[in-house]
Amino acid sequence: MAGIIIHPEKIISYTDLESLCPFGAIEVLPDNTVQINSGCRLCKVCVRKGLEGVFEYREEVISAANKSEWQGITVYGEIGPDKIVHPVAFELLGKARELADKVGFKVSLLLIGNHLSHNFDEFFHYGADAIFLYDHPILEDFIVERYTGILEDYVSKQKPSVILIGGTLLGRSLAPRIAARLKTGLTADCTQLDIQPNSDLDQIRPAFGGNIMAHIRTPYHRPQFATVRYKIFSAMEPDLSRSGNLILCDLPQNLWSRSKQLEIGMKPKIKNIEDLDVLVVAGRGIKKKEDLELLRRLSDRLGGDLACTRPLIEAGWMDARKQIGLSGRTVKPKLLIACGVSGSVQFAAGIKASEMIVSINTDPDAVMNQIANIAVIGDLYSVIPALLEKLG
Amino acid sequence: MKILICIKQVPGTTQVDIDEKTGVLKRSAVAAKMNPYDLFAIETALQIQVNYGAETTALTMGPVYSEAVLREAFSMGIEHGVLLTDRIFGGADCLATSYALSQAVKSLGMPDLLICGKQTTDGDTAQVGAELAELLDIPHATNVLEIVDLSENSMIVKSDLGNFTQTMEINFPCLITVEKDIYEPRLPSYKRKISTKDKPIQILTFADMPDQDKNHYGLSGSPTRVVRIFPPVHEKENEVLQGLPDEIAEILMMKLTRLKMT
Ligand SMILES: Cc1cc2nc3c(=O)[nH]c(=O)nc-3n(C[C@H](O)[C@H](O)[C@H](O)COP(=O)(O)OP(=O)(O)OC[C@H]3O[C@@H](n4cnc5c(N)ncnc54)[C@H](O)[C@@H]3O)c2cc1C
Ligand SMILES: Nc1ncnc2c1ncn2[C@@H]1O[C@H](COP(=O)(O)O)[C@@H](O)[C@H]1O
Repeated sequence: MAGIIIHPEKIISYTDLESLCPFGAIEVLPDNTVQINSGCRLCKVCVRKGLEGVFEYREEVISAANKSEWQGITVYGEIGPDKIVHPVAFELLGKARELADKVGFKVSLLLIGNHLSHNFDEFFHYGADAIFLYDHPILEDFIVERYTGILEDYVSKQKPSVILIGGTLLGRSLAPRIAARLKTGLTADCTQLDIQPNSDLDQIRPAFGGNIMAHIRTPYHRPQFATVRYKIFSAMEPDLSRSGNLILCDLPQNLWSRSKQLEIGMKPKIKNIEDLDVLVVAGRGIKKKEDLELLRRLSDRLGGDLACTRPLIEAGWMDARKQIGLSGRTVKPKLLIACGVSGSVQFAAGIKASEMIVSINTDPDAVMNQIANIAVIGDLYSVIPALLEKLG
Repeated sequence: MKILICIKQVPGTTQVDIDEKTGVLKRSAVAAKMNPYDLFAIETALQIQVNYGAETTALTMGPVYSEAVLREAFSMGIEHGVLLTDRIFGGADCLATSYALSQAVKSLGMPDLLICGKQTTDGDTAQVGAELAELLDIPHATNVLEIVDLSENSMIVKSDLGNFTQTMEINFPCLITVEKDIYEPRLPSYKRKISTKDKPIQILTFADMPDQDKNHYGLSGSPTRVVRIFPPVHEKENEVLQGLPDEIAEILMMKLTRLKMT
């Protein structure tokens, strides 16, 4: 069987054996038999840190895709009810281009919708070699079962090695559905991507809800699916000399669906924090809701907006669209001032691309101090008023 | 109607850290509490039960001690609990987790409605719901903000799709994942906690799965592999400012002016 194999004869001491596993998956029974329970995450900490030879990681390859049959990187270009291609597609094209050039792959963009009349050349300028277009009236609305059927058809004909999907709410409904249909791997919310010469995608993401990153591969299955949040990667500089092929695809048979769209509602527009140059971020160092006003004065003065960490959303102090981080938005401001933010990995994942990060935190050991370019060790309640005064 | 709610036990703390030098996790990530997002799934089931009538069952996959989340579900008012546990399920990624859950659902009998939380705080993928729906070959809606209506053969739900909402009519059987705040989860009742203390929990193991091919479960059934885990790197150049607020403000002011931000 594949997994962690225990060699009991090599065990010298049973004390500390259980605590070796961060997930509590090692169990020592009263009669000193040792077993791995279903809490095991295969992090292999026991193999690396346990007494040599006690824990062995055994891999069993049942069947492996023939990787040479799977070529190219496909970016799924999400189209909303406003008929606009979500800008995350341009960022994914940029990353796909970079990866594709390493292994000699082509980059394709997959578009699904009705009456798509985009300036397609733009996608070539941003890195695509080909655009595959499924354009039909029944694809007018995003119906996840139908779109899954289209992706299935696309994969069976084009056999891409890698498919990148934006980690938007729509993408996060579609990606698992198609990955499960094809019984292949899907890694959510990757923050870094690379590719091996054998076309294995290196996927890195925060994991286990803590300050830990995991490096994940899909070694035996194709295609390899990954989702990436908006603003994690950068689009490439458009290259106006690039061109490509536009391929119109036929609608596959049997695009059934057991649900139908009744209505689309637009949410009231708010300033998108993704698009701003200056952000002041409120963290739990803020003691009460009224104090947000102090930070808002700073963001107003600097011509930006106020954003926040997750606990403030949970407290109901701010609109959820103002949350930065892995489960919120990813931002790329020129200046970000984090006030009373500890710097958890989930938060940090959302601000990596900021140009200048200032942190104001009373705790000299806060992780945020390492993430920031300028770490102010001080009380936001005295530093910010002083700064506002200087700003006039 | 029958409702099945998928819930998971997750670590009680998000402060799981890894030692930079040894690579050992410093604080344990041992499962301790119910995934907070699953409380909304439970509450949704209970609200449907009150308004339309339903029989509710909670299902969890995990080590034997995850029974605790089923007990918590009981004390909120869920009627039945099923624990799916077997060492063969260890090391499962999203697909293998969803697959085992789908097999459990098949062995229990297909409910009219499955409800999942929007994501877990440890796996944090928000993938299991939609994968499970696909493996059961039923329609799904994610990030449901509101149950608009429910009739004999279908329900109408409003989903969050980012800058817009989508209202869908979706046929039973189906699966929904619910947004935080769809309803305010009730607190567990102490009285119910006592009265359900010995309530039997149905245990399912590999032996109960309709599909007896071991290669479809746990690590063998997982297309993804964790190559390694490591602490995040902070590569930013950094400067530490300490002192009187006024002095700090003065220096910050200089920096902002240089950045042309003032
Ligand atoms: C799956 C998952 C996803 C998550 N996604 C996100 C996400 O997208 N975004 C997010 O933000 N979080 C997310 N979190 C939560 C995250 O782990 C942290 O809990 C959260 O980011 C902490 O927010 P904070 O820094 O505001 O609060 P805390 O960690 O409580 O930090 C408060 C900081 O304020 C400082 N402070 C206190 N008083 C003052 C003062 N007067 N002046 C200056 N400093 C002061 C303290 O020293 C401390 O460092 C997620 C967690 C999980 C498990
Ligand atoms: N081990 C499990 N047992 C039961 N339900 C689960 C399990 N893992 C995930 N789920 C369900 O799937 C949802 C999404 O989980 P995830 O994809 O891990 O973010 C959760 O909120 C649960 O409803």
